[in-house]
Amino acid sequence: MTASPIGARVERKEDYRFLTGSGRYTDDIALERQTHAAFLRSPHAHATIRRIDCGRAQAAPGVLAVYTGADLPESVGGLPCGWLITDVHAQPMREPKHPLLAQGKVRYVGDHVAVVIAETLAQAKDAAELIEVDYEVLPAVVEAADARKPGKPAVHEIAPDNTCYVWALGDKAAVNKAFAQAAHVTKLQFVNNRLVPNAMEPRAAIASYSRADESYTLYVTSQNPHMARLLLSAFVLGIPEHRLRVIAPDVGGGFGSKIFVYAEEAVLTWAAKHVNRPVKWTADRGEAFTSDAHGRDHVTSAELALDAHGRFLAMRVMTTANLGAYLSTFASCVPTILYATLLAGQYTTPAIYCEVTGVFTNTAPVDAYRGAGRPEATYVVERLVSAAAREMNIPDPEIRRRNFVKTFPYQTPVALCYDTGDYEATLSAAIELADVAGFEARRREAAARGKLRGIGYATYIEACGLAPSNIAGALGARAGLYEAGEVRVHPTGKVTVFTGSHSHGQGHETTFAQVVAGRLGIAVDDVEIVHGDTGRVLFGMGTYGSRSLAVGGGAIVKALDKVIAKGKKIAAHLMETTESAVEFADGKFSVGPDKSLSFVQVALAAYVPHNYPLETLEPGLNENAFYDPTNFTFPAGSHICEVEIDPDTGATRVVDFTAVDDFGNIVNPMIVEGQVHGGIAQGIGQALIEGCVYDRDSGQLLTGSYMDYAMPRAHDLPSFKVGYEVTPCTHNPLGVKGCGEAGAIGAPAAVVNAVLDALAPLGVTDIEMPATAARVWRAIQDAGREQAA
Amino acid sequence: MLSTVSLSVNGRPVAAQVEARTLLVHLLREHLRLTGTHVGCETAQCGACTVHLDGAPVKACSMLAVQASGASILTIEGVAAANGDLHPMQAAFRQHHGLQCGFCTPGMIMMALDIVERHPDPTEAQIREGLQGNFCRCTGYHNIVNAVKAGAAALRHTTSPTQGGQRHSQLAARRREER
Repeated sequence: MTASPIGARVERKEDYRFLTGSGRYTDDIALERQTHAAFLRSPHAHATIRRIDCGRAQAAPGVLAVYTGADLPESVGGLPCGWLITDVHAQPMREPKHPLLAQGKVRYVGDHVAVVIAETLAQAKDAAELIEVDYEVLPAVVEAADARKPGKPAVHEIAPDNTCYVWALGDKAAVNKAFAQAAHVTKLQFVNNRLVPNAMEPRAAIASYSRADESYTLYVTSQNPHMARLLLSAFVLGIPEHRLRVIAPDVGGGFGSKIFVYAEEAVLTWAAKHVNRPVKWTADRGEAFTSDAHGRDHVTSAELALDAHGRFLAMRVMTTANLGAYLSTFASCVPTILYATLLAGQYTTPAIYCEVTGVFTNTAPVDAYRGAGRPEATYVVERLVSAAAREMNIPDPEIRRRNFVKTFPYQTPVALCYDTGDYEATLSAAIELADVAGFEARRREAAARGKLRGIGYATYIEACGLAPSNIAGALGARAGLYEAGEVRVHPTGKVTVFTGSHSHGQGHETTFAQVVAGRLGIAVDDVEIVHGDTGRVLFGMGTYGSRSLAVGGGAIVKALDKVIAKGKKIAAHLMETTESAVEFADGKFSVGPDKSLSFVQVALAAYVPHNYPLETLEPGLNENAFYDPTNFTFPAGSHICEVEIDPDTGATRVVDFTAVDDFGNIVNPMIVEGQVHGGIAQGIGQALIEGCVYDRDSGQLLTGSYMDYAMPRAHDLPSFKVGYEVTPCTHNPLGVKGCGEAGAIGAPAAVVNAVLDALAPLGVTDIEMPATAARVWRAIQDAGREQAA
Repeated sequence: MLSTVSLSVNGRPVAAQVEARTLLVHLLREHLRLTGTHVGCETAQCGACTVHLDGAPVKACSMLAVQASGASILTIEGVAAANGDLHPMQAAFRQHHGLQCGFCTPGMIMMALDIVERHPDPTEAQIREGLQGNFCRCTGYHNIVNAVKAGAAALRHTTSPTQGGQRHSQLAARRREER
């Protein structure tokens, strides 16, 4: 018997290739006779294209073709949005066409104007510079807060006030009533800063077309290749779905930005047939900054009503969300469905009302980025809670404890039903792990060094495991959100699993193998996980929203159950008993205490069906399953951050960060810890240094490279303290909840609350993210002047 | 106009015809098909393209191929032993989960080898300082720091370094001589 690998720190099967440089990322692939594409992008945020002259580009050395929007036939559609939001007047959101190449107008810096296909990349880039475009530059609207102001230019004719939707959730009347009776109201204004996801591997694609069988192959940096195939074939290009194979090979990080279908891969797929050669494109980092979907970018006004004991009575949240120039694949649901539903946090707030105005601006499309809506919600809730605690002189942990949800299942006033959790347990464990008891001594010690030390808390809830298809459908999703899996048992008992989930760093090849090995009682090394290829995997909805193990794992377990059920039939036949008499445990099919067959013996018998009762038993051992969850999962946790600030410069360092999370059951703690670390780093980045900035008037991207956009470096971060509490998810087969986004969800509020705690003695009560040294210094100066006055 | 560039890559002499504007990283990736060295930016900020040139780490995206003429280059493909066994630093990254998507990993390993060359028993601060020029978006650096520490310890205690390790030490020795 093999010890179950579930819960073990198994080293990753995928690591060898990454450690030796033998990974196979899209840009590492070179196809015979491949050509190279370069996109000409708009240098203006908003302009009418009067004329494009491609003559010199077409005549340039090595050029095979130059295409503009005018060259794409009518049959080529725009990029679709996958989620229909219905507004407060029961009207559908405004959904402007999202062309692959600009049709008469460009709407953001980086918008796609033309593509050049040439023998070499250098030739393609050189020729792109020879395209002459006559732009009539138009005024631009850039910031969410400006979009609906009178006199602002319209990004799209169908939305003259730049409004995609005004959407609301919650009982407005109940909230108004509760506010009227409140003993205390805390009110804050927030900007949730715009971020660039910055997966280290830039987006890339290689499309090829085979005239012989009229089929396309697209290698692309995608988190969900089946979705890419469906959208590209049926909705964008009008090509048969079964003649398009999409392969997402090794993908170097995603963080949301590679969920979406982008113009480049659609144009390449279309062009590959026209030039009858493979076409390759890899974004350079500048293109990534201008054309990857960005994240966050909310402006919010929020209020929390409390009674005299610090109990939450109601919350009112008014948010304007910048959607950018076009609706990216999931843009519409991120600031609505994935945001407002999380505003209850871990608390019993009985009444919540949230109104979200989604606006178009002349900026890159904004869509899901690690956490997607949930970090924004957590930031609102946890900043309000800590501000209320300070105003009412209640300790941070205490005000949270007074309001925690303690009994489950718990129906929130914002649509979700939490199945399980233990928020007191995660908070208490975090307080202990962070040594909160020693904080005042650390604060004094820091003060002796001239540093301001502060401590900040955030407790968070997330809704993961997207999603029960019936709920998603009722909320506007244009797709189901199940997952597919297939378990192929080979004659020797080795197993290949095909999953619709996609790993771009998460380590599915190991975690999923542990699940399969544990269930079948075989060695982890005897299980191979295949993902990311529509030619091999039956179907899939992909990886995002911390859904892989909760939903993709569920599909694998369902398929494993079918494998075991069939194995029992085979074993019953071989051992001349009834199926119901066969037990399967520890890799053995047994009848009573003395008689058993190993999994390998049964697998072999499935493929060597001598003396088989063929009328009741098929040969072979290969099963597939689709798993559609019945509810979301609700990972939750407590994050505690300590910062030190140099009051002379405003320089702020995170000196200690503790996260205690409840992800339900854990299959591989090593991998889970890694996910938490990475999320925390991105959350600290958002809180302190990262910010995507466009010039407010011209719409030029000011943070278009790593020289301008502050990515967290090793030196900017501390080592982290990570712990767990476990309440297993009640409704999926593995009892897992999802861990990929937690760090990014909890960290920003914890960090900013710590900064404000450090600055509180100086009279600073608010600071905007990112709390850069300049902003902190300014806040200190302003508070000093106010106190002097 | 093409120029011929001759150099040694992972111990083997190579020659290629390149355009004057061809970057070292493109020589490695496109001409020699050594695709373990990655391009994450073009501004020498992210470090995914880090290789060793005559024993010193350089960013191969910010150097012309012709500038590397006559040099000895070590890429990630040359770090493991000839039989494929991982170098102790690579093994430490696996053991300590110092990588997730793997894209920054080759650059991290190349930088880590340089850090331990300079600091055989590095402190956390020295490691973080040494990794300043290498971005990782996945790990938050926590496990990379642990991996470098463990890799350094393994190298201190290794009596028979792998081929990659020997090669690295030789290159480093040559670099010291040149200084």
